Amino acid sequence: MTSTTTTPQSATTAVALSGVTKVYGRGANAVLALDGVSLDVAPGEFVCLVGASGCGKSTLLNLVAGLDRPSGGEIGLAGGVNPGLMFQEPALFPWLTVEANVEVPLKLRGLPRAERRERVAELLRTVHLGEFGRKRPHELSGGMRQRVALARTLALDTPVLLMDEPFGALDAMTRDILHDELERIWSERKLSVLFVTHNVREAARLADRIILLSSRPGRIIYSTEVDIPRPRRIDSPEVAAIAAEVTERLRTEVGRHGQ
Amino acid sequence: MASDTLTSSARTDAQISGLDALEIAGRDKEVSRGARIWAGTWPKLAALAIAILAWQLVVWSGWKPPYSLPGPLVVGRELLAQAQGPQLWEGLLTTLRRAAVGYVFSVAVGLLLGLAVARSTVLRAAIGSMITALQTMPSIAWFPLAILLFELSEKAIFFVVVLGAAPSIANGVISGVDYVPPLLKRAGRNLGARGLNLYRYVIAPAALPAIVAGLKQGWAFSWRSLMAGELIVVGISQTSLGAQLTYSRELSDAPWLLSTMIVILVVGLVVDAAFGAADKAIRRRWGVLDQAGQ
Repeated sequence: MTSTTTTPQSATTAVALSGVTKVYGRGANAVLALDGVSLDVAPGEFVCLVGASGCGKSTLLNLVAGLDRPSGGEIGLAGGVNPGLMFQEPALFPWLTVEANVEVPLKLRGLPRAERRERVAELLRTVHLGEFGRKRPHELSGGMRQRVALARTLALDTPVLLMDEPFGALDAMTRDILHDELERIWSERKLSVLFVTHNVREAARLADRIILLSSRPGRIIYSTEVDIPRPRRIDSPEVAAIAAEVTERLRTEVGRHGQ
Repeated sequence: MASDTLTSSARTDAQISGLDALEIAGRDKEVSRGARIWAGTWPKLAALAIAILAWQLVVWSGWKPPYSLPGPLVVGRELLAQAQGPQLWEGLLTTLRRAAVGYVFSVAVGLLLGLAVARSTVLRAAIGSMITALQTMPSIAWFPLAILLFELSEKAIFFVVVLGAAPSIANGVISGVDYVPPLLKRAGRNLGARGLNLYRYVIAPAALPAIVAGLKQGWAFSWRSLMAGELIVVGISQTSLGAQLTYSRELSDAPWLLSTMIVILVVGLVVDAAFGAADKAIRRRWGVLDQAGQ
């Protein structure tokens, strides 16, 4: 098996996965985590990956982020960009202030100090944390930390955002607000988003397209366009209808494992 | 939530700041500086008073004759007298110079060794457990060899101090690097920190608390080794604190002996307090220190 990272040929894909396979371990203990996953994300598209546990959602994001190598297949990012990655936990550096956290990617890119300061202030305003730059992560609430993490990821100036259940640990109200925030930032910055979640409603609330992964091995088993006009509300009947449909498919998939 | 929340972005902003304000309310409880210092000081003063009282009671009990166990007052007067003469200060200076040189060298060796072992699996397999074994070796057991190698010289003391302190420091670095949360490393790599930059931006700062703990332990070991060394390797022209202990014992000058011991104790306490303050500052920055409130 071969694995390569290439630039997609067409300008209409931001992220292109073709036949991506990932095997963990060797020999008899080998576990097939992903099996021939092919998936394109168009520029500016919001794609949600939904699946039960063990479907290799996080594995997939790690592969796209370049933190791990696929066992087979190809992963391509338009223009060879480095995608931004967000986790369920904010993963902020506790020894740095909020400002300094957001500044890290800018420093690593070698931006001059004055420009860095300007960009940090702008990014913190974007996530409504303009006044909290001097605080340390532990002084903020979970939702605020996740917004700092978003600002830090945006500081990469990358058009592709990979999100691994970023709001999974937050309470419902904070999550609703962050959905609005993410939607706004996504449309303002014309980002391409690959968003992993096990929350079907969240997927219906955010996605242009929902993709369902099977469990062990992870395969794409269902894909649906969500054409509810934005802005959406998570408790609207349209969102609920899509969520019900996806949940039904997910139940069938989970039930398959119980037999 | 009201049904029109999404259509009004101003409202969303207000909600966000409202929620933020609610969630972080009450986290900034300030206690006045004076009150905090007093809260930390009075138990120490009380403990000191009790210790001195106990000492005095033992002296009053007549358990040992006063020429071998003098009371606090006699020792206190001796300490004051010593503080006015040059001998104590010269000794203190000699000892502190040796401590500083030995410790700085140990830190350099320990940091390099620790980093090398933490990075290389081969080195870890080869000498990882040996470093821990070295750490458990009582420093005094090194002296016979040190004296054979370097004779009764400062070099022998230096040798033992470094052997005592460097393994602790190296172990601090190793465990610090080992326990950097993998999530932070992944985040760092995604933000563009690879290779040396990953060490500079993520691993080194994340390992700092464990490194400081190793430095603190290393200091304790080097200070003990130094004292042992100065007691054994006397007769070098300079009169260190350890040499003064030996001389005072030989002269049966109990007040001098005890006052020298107090000086040694105080030096240890002061340095320990400095490390404690550094440790506390780090923990406060990291938010691991349990503060009033939340």
